[in-house]
Amino acid sequence: MAEAIKAILLEKSFGDGPAKTYAIRSVSFEALWGEMLYVVGPSGSGKTTLLSLISGILKPDAGSVIVEGRDIWGLSPNEIADFRLNKVGFVFQDYHLFPKLTTVENVAIPLILKKEDWNRSMKIALEFLEVVGLAEKASLPPTKLSGGEQQRVAIARAIVGRPDILVFDEPTASLDGATGKKILDFVKNEILNDKRCIVIVTHDSRIFGLADRMIEMEDGQIINVRSGGKIEG
Amino acid sequence: MRGILKIALKLLVNDRGKFAALIVGITFAIFLIVQLTSIFSGILAKASSTVINTGARVWVMDPSVQNPLNTIPLPDYVLDAVRSMNGVKYAVPLYSGVGLVKLKNGVYQPATVLGLDDTSLIGRPDMIEGRMEDIFADNAFIVVKDQEYAKLDSPSLGTTFEINDHRGVVVGIARVPVGNLFGIPTLYTTYSRAVQYLPNARFTIGYVLVKPKSEAAIPAIIKDVANIGYMAMTDRQFEIKVSNYYKYQTGVGTNILFMTVIGFLVGLSISGQTFYTFVLENLEKFGALKAIGAKNSELVLMILFQATFASVVGYGLGVGMSSLLIAAGKRFVPNYTADIDYWNLALAFVLVLLIAALSSLIAVKKVIRVQPFEIFRG
Repeated sequence: MAEAIKAILLEKSFGDGPAKTYAIRSVSFEALWGEMLYVVGPSGSGKTTLLSLISGILKPDAGSVIVEGRDIWGLSPNEIADFRLNKVGFVFQDYHLFPKLTTVENVAIPLILKKEDWNRSMKIALEFLEVVGLAEKASLPPTKLSGGEQQRVAIARAIVGRPDILVFDEPTASLDGATGKKILDFVKNEILNDKRCIVIVTHDSRIFGLADRMIEMEDGQIINVRSGGKIEG
Repeated sequence: MRGILKIALKLLVNDRGKFAALIVGITFAIFLIVQLTSIFSGILAKASSTVINTGARVWVMDPSVQNPLNTIPLPDYVLDAVRSMNGVKYAVPLYSGVGLVKLKNGVYQPATVLGLDDTSLIGRPDMIEGRMEDIFADNAFIVVKDQEYAKLDSPSLGTTFEINDHRGVVVGIARVPVGNLFGIPTLYTTYSRAVQYLPNARFTIGYVLVKPKSEAAIPAIIKDVANIGYMAMTDRQFEIKVSNYYKYQTGVGTNILFMTVIGFLVGLSISGQTFYTFVLENLEKFGALKAIGAKNSELVLMILFQATFASVVGYGLGVGMSSLLIAAGKRFVPNYTADIDYWNLALAFVLVLLIAALSSLIAVKKVIRVQPFEIFRG
């Protein structure tokens, strides 16, 4: 499988002087097309920071993130925003759905940001709500949906713009075990394909079994890279 | 409408509590601003009522005159001198004074008396009842039917009254564009009768009303009048002079200005605080939009649109409420003085845009500074 993302010697620190702490130190890895890559580790190990660096949200102090042959951190701020809009789909830990919009409007947001026509955006968003099995709840606000349903709405929003790379931040943190596994099963079976790469940050061992590869982090460094979803001691 | 603006609108309007608070704040501010400035406009219009109602293009007066009621009589030679000036087509005298009318029930009611030039009746009002030429009949007066009309017991044609111990007869009822400021009725008669009936100083001409041969002749007339020690000004200049007098020398302008500023600050504080809270509560969502790929310029556009939309709605409601109150006031409250004109509306619109700009300023700063990474960190 070819590389979707290549991270080379990434460094990121926060604070200055004596308060300076390194969140990421000399991290290099690849995420491949068609794989579901997990980034795991204890709280504070740098998982979320790494996810932010590779998805164009947080600029590294040093190192490169190569996507489609170019370093995304060599782009201008507007180009980076376009990269996120067109290439990356995000599923946030707390979903960050807009409670004052309907479910279908929430899903359509990336299309609207891409300046698609409103009615066409709603039509496409509805199709993606069908994909996640929530078409009948399209006109409800997200607050009327269960946690699992909100997660599926967030997934529909992440994939509606047909991005190549999907990043999930603790996707099961607010869900019970069964729902979390069901959703990740759905993601692996229905969303993932050869032209897509999914990076999931999690410390929920209940869903480790679905990973194609797993990067284990500690203190801002990769301490292990494994094929499959089992961490070997 | 661009999709992103539609999203912004839905986010704003669907947050009903905050949207209502925002609208109430802006509406109240605009209501106060329009109400106060309209009252001021009304006062200024009424203060210039003699100038507006008489309609003369150029007015000659004593340089010390501050407003139309504060007449300083001019010697007769001024009239002759003005008539002889180049560029003057004709010039006529106007008497302006106050008479004491004794009503049938024994009550004394002060009234403004305007004495029109006997030969031309320049400055005459529009007649509602009776004929203008009857003003030349014995003891004839024409009464203006305005808000003060009832103070003369709503006289009809033929009604007699006593004015400064002389008999007066109503021979006509007229209307004028603007009522006077001081809440007293207005009577028209001829110049010669006004001089005869009302107590006078040595000189009797209140103003010389001038019809110039052309607009181009006006500056020369003004200069020539100044050369003989008097002052000439156009009707518009006279209105501005009256307006400035009330604005700067009576305290009315300053007080209205203070109240307008207070209205603006009230609106700004309510809407500013509400809008800031609205944006603060949605800050994570704006951060999420940024993470998804929204640019700062798009988020700023959303916020400015929200602030402008709320402001324009508040402006419409505020102007509407103010108009209703002013209409009701004019109908039911005697001597109520308020006029909404383009100036009031333009000022209120500028202030509401300022409220929108200032309210969104801090919100815009917050949104620009929010880092999408913070959304990931939770």
